[in-house]
Amino acid sequence: MTDQTSVPRGSAPGLTRRQAYEQRLRRRSNTLAAGSTLAVVLAVVVLVPLAPGWDAVKRSFFNGQVFAKTFPGLLDAFLMNVAIFLWCAPIIAILGLVIALFRDVRSPALYPLRLFGAIYTDVFRGLPVILVIYLIGFGVPGLGLPRPWNSPYVWGSLALILVYAAYVAEVIRSGIDSIHHSQRAAAASLGLSDGETMRYVVLPQAIRNVAPANMNLFIALQKDVALLSFIGPVEVFRQAGVYKSLLANFTPYVGAAVIFLALTIPATRYADYLMNKQRRRQS
Amino acid sequence: MAKLALQSVTKSFGDNIVCRGIDLSVDEGEMVCLIGASGSGKSTLLRCINLLEPIDDGRILLDGVDISEPGLDPQPIRARIGIVFQSFNLFPHMTAAENVMLAPRRVLGKSRETLEAPVKALFDRFDLGQRMQHYPDQLSGGQQQRVAIIRALAMQPEIMLFDEITSALDPELVGEVLDVLRQLRTEGMTMILATHEMAFARELADKVCFLDASRILEEGPPETLFSNPREDRTRAFLKRVL
Amino acid sequence: MSLRLRKSRAGLSLTHGFVQMLCWSLDKFPPPSNLWTTQQGRTIRQMKTVITSACLLAATSSVALAAGHGSCADGLTLEENVLTIATGNPAYYPWVLNDAPESGEGYEAAVAYAIAEELGFEADAVKWVRTSFDEAIQPGAKDFDFNMQQYSITPEREQMVDFSLPYYTSAMAVLTTKGVVDAGATATLDSLKGLVWGADANTTALPMLTEIVAPEKDPLLYGDNTDVTAAMQANQIDAALFDLPTALYLSAVVVEGGVLLGQFPAERSENPDQFGLLFEEGNPLRDCVNTAITALTESGKLAEIEATWLQEATGVPVIE
Ligand SMILES: Nc1ncnc2c1ncn2[C@@H]1O[C@H](COP(=O)(O)OP(=O)(O)O)[C@@H](O)[C@H]1O
Ligand SMILES: [Mg+2]
Repeated sequence: MTDQTSVPRGSAPGLTRRQAYEQRLRRRSNTLAAGSTLAVVLAVVVLVPLAPGWDAVKRSFFNGQVFAKTFPGLLDAFLMNVAIFLWCAPIIAILGLVIALFRDVRSPALYPLRLFGAIYTDVFRGLPVILVIYLIGFGVPGLGLPRPWNSPYVWGSLALILVYAAYVAEVIRSGIDSIHHSQRAAAASLGLSDGETMRYVVLPQAIRNVAPANMNLFIALQKDVALLSFIGPVEVFRQAGVYKSLLANFTPYVGAAVIFLALTIPATRYADYLMNKQRRRQS
Repeated sequence: MAKLALQSVTKSFGDNIVCRGIDLSVDEGEMVCLIGASGSGKSTLLRCINLLEPIDDGRILLDGVDISEPGLDPQPIRARIGIVFQSFNLFPHMTAAENVMLAPRRVLGKSRETLEAPVKALFDRFDLGQRMQHYPDQLSGGQQQRVAIIRALAMQPEIMLFDEITSALDPELVGEVLDVLRQLRTEGMTMILATHEMAFARELADKVCFLDASRILEEGPPETLFSNPREDRTRAFLKRVL
Repeated sequence: MSLRLRKSRAGLSLTHGFVQMLCWSLDKFPPPSNLWTTQQGRTIRQMKTVITSACLLAATSSVALAAGHGSCADGLTLEENVLTIATGNPAYYPWVLNDAPESGEGYEAAVAYAIAEELGFEADAVKWVRTSFDEAIQPGAKDFDFNMQQYSITPEREQMVDFSLPYYTSAMAVLTTKGVVDAGATATLDSLKGLVWGADANTTALPMLTEIVAPEKDPLLYGDNTDVTAAMQANQIDAALFDLPTALYLSAVVVEGGVLLGQFPAERSENPDQFGLLFEEGNPLRDCVNTAITALTESGKLAEIEATWLQEATGVPVIE
């Protein structure tokens, strides 16, 4: 009762009792987490090399010499992935939005659009990406288009665009559905048309709500660009395959994986961060 | 001629008949209160007047013109009738000022510049001059509801509909919203209110309608309806809420 | 008749294998010695005598079987008395006919059986398995003794796997289509440089292409022959580089309007495309197989097989 500001032993001055308690708790759990992580890492580092085949695996997959020799070439080839991604992504976003809007039309005269949207998303979400790439990438040019209109870059990209637009459309549609109908009613009551309501009231909210989900789709797209290699373009996965074949060594694939991860891990973290932020805002 | 007249308006959702031949007439500058138990059809009636719900039968006349004619474009009519909802329904991605300007800009085609002064005046009039650039989630319930009223007023409607606009508010915030209605009343706005604020209705309404089982069971000036109701069911309802 | 024979033989080798396992385990994990001194030990000792004599018998019989070939491959194969050879999935003409290596038809199939014979394996002691290129080079135990699917011998690959001596030296050839020829492509280096090239990414055709032709545009690469020809059919590439026999087959059978524009003869190349059998690194069977290949080369048997299965490969115009 004599000293109001006295603090418990072991805690920084100026903290409330609760803050001091939480600080102690935090320190303890951090120590625990660090300790157990270290134990696991040590176990992996020590035990895996004890496996009888480790030397062979190390030579085939983690070969420093091969890595050094092929990594620059892989980075170079990765520019192709980036380029393909960059021209596909905006088209996917636009087409996905259009298809999502098709699926939301209410007017009976436009019913065919609605039907088309539904069939489109069902078909392209139902097919493996690689299948679409083969069918469109080899099939359409096989009809006898002249160059450059038969380029595998064009048709392979189109295949990616068609498939990913279907996913994006579904995500956006779920975003549209998530907007409470009272928002539409409020807009309509002010005299806005259906189109204006969609454009100014529903879509801005819907797209913001599904931004993290869409971001995850685009991360997946970045990886699936590699599938274009099956119809000719030499991007990082194919380049790694060429090195693998010439050197009879899988290390170039590990190199390619490193490049992908360097890009996708930060992007995934960021998408998760957005997703969490969203969840906190909604609750 | 009445500003707004409802003639035998019928509305049902599937098998659920929500309006069974409603007749109602509202004169210019008049304030009509709809009272009744939850589920008696007050909201639906307001939504029908504003053409958010199509009616099945009967007619709705605005200035003597049938606005309920099937096939009529509802947009220009909705722009003439303002409505404010129980749950505010502000657009969360826009600031208060943007919420208010959206319809005048997109529907009436006014520019942001020409709107700035009158919108500022509206916010000032309802004591929200400092809140124009705030987003809805940065405003209290009472403030949000007042912004919603300003949003409807910005279209310069001929009639205002209010659907239990104080029901979602904390008690200490109800007053500031009712004050806005008082102010509109003195300015001569034609208004229809669905409300549970019996004291308010008694104080200000020109006419009170008691809705029961999807019809207007009893209507009259507040003194008569509140102190001397004709119907047993009205009496029972009032006993429960007063 | 022959089916029954094979069946009974399989039964024999099964019992044989079992006895061997028993002997081996007795050898590896002898029962604790104090057991032998107990009363019960006597029966176990008797049992041991029986088993040992059985083991002796089994050993003799296996010697008797092995004496059939008396070969350097003894004990070096994956499975006793069986030579397991891997090929591609599918295996392509003219290396293997009809994707059926068991028939011994096609150049590689025929060479495989010739080698097997040299090593002392009868035809029905040859077992075929299928692998992709990647399975062939992945670390870990292999399910084949050697792998035979036109693997080009290169020093880089030899750091990871072992190759036999070459069993075929191939010219490289240019596959294209009639449309491209009609559009003016000719069998000259200048003309070839301007074409859009494709190649199988898993082969050494790519470095060959860069070395020999050095095309102006980056070549497009594919996972297998089928995709290369599909791209050619779709007019996405003008030409592709293959080993000559493969190119011949593709131009004649697979690619509609396919044309074999010409060849780069192996003699003219600094490091020609030579095919070798692929072994897991350090496989001791390789020396034995090399002896066999040398013998086949010297006896003219290899040339004879080539004349039988790759005779069209002669007479293709040479690119200057
Ligand atoms: N959109 C709708 N679809 C189906 N039924 C509805 C709908 N809106 C209201 N109803 C029904 O209409 C009746 C009247 O509801 P409402 O007008 O909201 O009454 P109040 O506002 O007086 O509480 C209720 O039974 C309600 O369930
Ligand atoms: Mg209601």
